[in-house]
Amino acid sequence: MTITESDQENIDQPEKPVGQLHLLPHRDNVLRMSEVRMAETANERIVGETDQTMLMNMGPAHPSTHGVLRLMLELDGETVVRSKPIVGYLHTGMEKQAEALTFLQGGTNVTRMDYISPLFTELAFSLAVEELLEIEVPDRAIWIRMLMTELNRIASHLLFMATNGMDLGAVSMMLYGWREREQILRFFEETTGLRMNHNYIRPGGVAADLPDGWQEDVLALTAMLPARLDEYDILMTGQPIWRDRLQGVGLFTADEAIALSTTGPILRSTGVARDLRRDEPYLNYDQVDFDVVVGTFGDCFDRYAIRLNEIRESIRIVNQCVEKMPKGDWRAIDAKVTPPPRVRIDESMEALIHHFKIFTEGFKVPEGEVYAAVESPRGELGCYIVSDGGSKPYRMHVRGPSFINIQTLPHMMAGGLLADGVAILSSADPIMGESDR
Amino acid sequence: MTTDETQDTEDTETDDTETNDAPSPEMAFGCLVSYSRGQKVLHTPKDQWFSVAEALLADGYRMCIDLTAVDYLTYKGHRSLPEGITPQRFEVVAIFANFTTRDRLRVRTQVSVDEPTIDSLYVLYPGSDFMEREVFDMFGLTFHRHPDLSRILMPESWEGHPLRKDYAIGSIPVQFKGTATTNSTGGGGGS
Repeated sequence: MTITESDQENIDQPEKPVGQLHLLPHRDNVLRMSEVRMAETANERIVGETDQTMLMNMGPAHPSTHGVLRLMLELDGETVVRSKPIVGYLHTGMEKQAEALTFLQGGTNVTRMDYISPLFTELAFSLAVEELLEIEVPDRAIWIRMLMTELNRIASHLLFMATNGMDLGAVSMMLYGWREREQILRFFEETTGLRMNHNYIRPGGVAADLPDGWQEDVLALTAMLPARLDEYDILMTGQPIWRDRLQGVGLFTADEAIALSTTGPILRSTGVARDLRRDEPYLNYDQVDFDVVVGTFGDCFDRYAIRLNEIRESIRIVNQCVEKMPKGDWRAIDAKVTPPPRVRIDESMEALIHHFKIFTEGFKVPEGEVYAAVESPRGELGCYIVSDGGSKPYRMHVRGPSFINIQTLPHMMAGGLLADGVAILSSADPIMGESDR
Repeated sequence: MTTDETQDTEDTETDDTETNDAPSPEMAFGCLVSYSRGQKVLHTPKDQWFSVAEALLADGYRMCIDLTAVDYLTYKGHRSLPEGITPQRFEVVAIFANFTTRDRLRVRTQVSVDEPTIDSLYVLYPGSDFMEREVFDMFGLTFHRHPDLSRILMPESWEGHPLRKDYAIGSIPVQFKGTATTNSTGGGGGS
């Protein structure tokens, strides 16, 4: 990273050393046109600034936009000149909603943001609440959280493999990616009760202990996956068509990525090795062995390969979690936060009242503000919570990596072909539920 | 950028906000410093928002991780602001990260409801584009010199700013079947 910094200094000394805007060569390729104006031009049957170009909408209901992302494109023939991503079609006011839910209910809300990797939002939320409460989470809960989130990362990247393959015409990949992901979801269902939107990781620990025989289930998964990943290599990585489609497409530099606040695989594809699991270890990531996968060219192929290899790293972490899983409590034994065990409720009136109070009033969280971040499959997922001492967050903000990564699209697509735009969009892997919240 | 007073290890991060009324207040980048659960927070006056960000960028904080706002209209607790900062209704919060030192800083500034406008960081941190648009959309704060300050999550024709505390949540009134008739054909909610 330092190399690129000094390089950049040497290249542009002339003017404007202030700020990072000048690091973006495609800053003028961001279309700044309102949606209303765009709608008007549809009737006029024209036009960008010259007669050469044409304005076109891609989405919000285009299959390869992964949900409801709309791209406003200015095309010159088949070349994308300028573009503007339009988000918000899936906005459901979850940050406002969070202010009306207690800290215990909050998990059900945040888990619906990134519906492909819901456990990460739950984790970020729980870490922030725990930081405000200043409670300790038992060791087993931490390891369970790591195990579950890493499995979730694998599932999320498998979904990326599937959709990325399908977007580029490798339709069989869709089936394979889905097939493997299904196995993981089955384990999630067994553990959390649901395939997605688990509300499993909660302030103070996790909702339930791992089910009997979980080791066999998890080890069966990690034994099955490597061979399947090798199949993907045969199917895609080495294929000339696949490589032609991805290599050199959607080039992105480290300076651009940093200036645009990009995180996750997009940032790592440019050669910046930033992974919160290593850089700012949360949970017990400092006790496991894994590598941060980094790319070189910042093209679509790097972004694909990084995710493929991150699955392999996650398998390593999962195996270590199984090995190191301690015995003990899976949630904090802090009567303030944790409801009493089911058995106690049967024999003690106070326990029943306590249980009732926790689930109706919620627990009070001391006032303060705190930001907690985790490395989600899409980048840095942060949760900023302000508490005024009540049982509901005064303000909860989630920094969704998809939301911020979508900003990169005009920069990556500028000057490329429209068909490559699909590859670029796919390689950015945005999840609109998290982007729009 | 000039006031890089080496605030070294003498301040243990464990001391809480109450105990930091030490003789001279801690400063960094020309801002007052406070700690919230061990996380370092800088407080800057609004007119220095841009210059503080500039100083942070020059110091290696190259990424603006997050930028958001809080509306403190109905805040019941005690706002832990250092001496010399007058609380206002809105607060803009930004988080910056330094990759080489693996450090992060949170910067907060007060924005009054009478003058709900603040400098945009777009030139320094182009990644703040979407975040500032979101704050504009949700809180109605405007950003000076932002290239395209328009609504991002809500439709363009939307009125009001949903995350303001005086913006009602809104609800659909529930009508129970048979509330007009008093005969007890069944309680509970009609569907």
